[in-house]
Amino acid sequence: MKLVIAIIKPFKLDEVREALSELGVAGMTVTEVKGFGRQKGQTEIYRGAEYTTNMVPKIKIEVVCASDIAGRVVETIQSSANTGAIGDGKIFVLDVGQAVRIRTGETDQTAL
Amino acid sequence: MKLSGKVIGTAAALGATLFAALPAWAQDAAAPAAEAAAEVTVNKGDTAWMMVATVLVMMMIVPGLALFYGGLVRTKNMLSMLTQVLCVAALAMIIWVFWGYSLAFSGEGAFIGDTAKLFLSGVTSETTAATFTDGVAIPEFVFVAFQMTFAAITTTLILGGLAERFKFNGALLFAVIWLTIVYFPMAHMVWATGGYLFEMGALDFAGGTVVHINAGIAALVGALMLGQRTGYQKEIMAPHSLTMTLIGAGLLWVGWFGFNAGSALEANGSAALAMINTFVATAAAVLAWVFAEKAAGHKGSLLGAASGAIAGLVAVTPAAGNSGPIGAIILGAVASVVCFFFVTVLKPKLKLDDSLDAFGIHGVGGIVGSIGTAFTMLPALGGPGAEDYALGSQIGIQVLAVVIAVAWSAIGSAIAFAIVKFTIGIRVTEEVEREGLDLGEHGERAYNY
Repeated sequence: MKLVIAIIKPFKLDEVREALSELGVAGMTVTEVKGFGRQKGQTEIYRGAEYTTNMVPKIKIEVVCASDIAGRVVETIQSSANTGAIGDGKIFVLDVGQAVRIRTGETDQTAL
Repeated sequence: MKLSGKVIGTAAALGATLFAALPAWAQDAAAPAAEAAAEVTVNKGDTAWMMVATVLVMMMIVPGLALFYGGLVRTKNMLSMLTQVLCVAALAMIIWVFWGYSLAFSGEGAFIGDTAKLFLSGVTSETTAATFTDGVAIPEFVFVAFQMTFAAITTTLILGGLAERFKFNGALLFAVIWLTIVYFPMAHMVWATGGYLFEMGALDFAGGTVVHINAGIAALVGALMLGQRTGYQKEIMAPHSLTMTLIGAGLLWVGWFGFNAGSALEANGSAALAMINTFVATAAAVLAWVFAEKAAGHKGSLLGAASGAIAGLVAVTPAAGNSGPIGAIILGAVASVVCFFFVTVLKPKLKLDDSLDAFGIHGVGGIVGSIGTAFTMLPALGGPGAEDYALGSQIGIQVLAVVIAVAWSAIGSAIAFAIVKFTIGIRVTEEVEREGLDLGEHGERAYNY
């Protein structure tokens, strides 16, 4: 099993979710996050007080899937979250040791 | 000399010729006309309007000013702002009844009233306060309540300059001292028969000096004596909810019709003039601030538009019944641009941490408005001044009134803040400041999601 972590632009979330559903991915966890990479932050001005925020709002998606489809999951996210501009985000893939469905106690791939 | 004839007193005590010679303090002199009761009638229309105007000013404080200021602080200090505004206003009301009304409006001293009406002694539902029309009065309790809301809002305005670091119990003690040694004498000087500034003939329809310059200068003195917030100009101190700030600004604008048009003390043409001016001066000031932002290379912002509205309302306060609509539009726009310049350009250079710009908008806007009122009186600008209105001498009187208001407030406020500082303390600990005053001072959070 693999854990695919993707940091994407917030407005791309629905597209990514739909594309992954078509692929048969049955669930995901989504978090609103902030961070920075190459993309510049915003400047905010309140009555002349200027604040430059280096952190840009992003969405973090976490998907656990069978190892054999991990490659296609990554490809799908990469194509559906792509705008061609700086700030499109990154994808990371990690190995997963164990998975358990809390309700039934099923383990590993049957728990996904 | 016609001016706007904004002088009241007891109908019996002062003759009409004397009235005509005295210019324009809008809410002066409510020496109640008990002794002249036989000739004085209480007008029910005026009374109804003044009761509405009084509660409109109440709405300016809670929730208006509370939300306006509350939206501007960080999340962790939201409740501290709301609590300070609510409790200081409540305290001011009690003090007003105990000794404030007497010190402000009983007697004819030059600088302060007397103690004849402590605890509202002698004020009953039968006693009356004069309006600007001979022989027409309103119940004295209505006048007491109307003026009470002015004392309350003036004190709460100061809190904006000290936000996010002022101790709660310090704020309460400060309010007691400041009201007694600064506000009550100033209100007497400006609005009561025999008051020094009143007799001098300065123009102040609804309280440019007593309310706005007074509170603005006190906030400036307080901000200097408290020092900057921890992390000022290093950490992000962006407003936590400009949505609430706009709700507050809107409530302030609506309530301000009670403040300005209510200062006519009657439901008449003078109140109507104050009403239209309170619309258009504010509208001009909203646009002027946004255009000034654009001219300075920024984007037109909501906070800018809301700040402009307050600057315009402040500026038109002394001019409300002493201006035509066109003069009010010019005054609002000029005050807005001056406040914009002070708040966005000058203040950061001065390293002054007037947190929510109580001085930058009320102090600066009040000074522009008070001096500008000499100009808005001009018949050429549609003002209510007579043909022989002498601009030069009126400017001199206005400037002198401003100087006296600034000096009185600065000295008195410094004394009041010093007493608090050296007794119970004026500033929260750095730990409380970092954690937020909501938890540190009140044991609550504004938002529990």
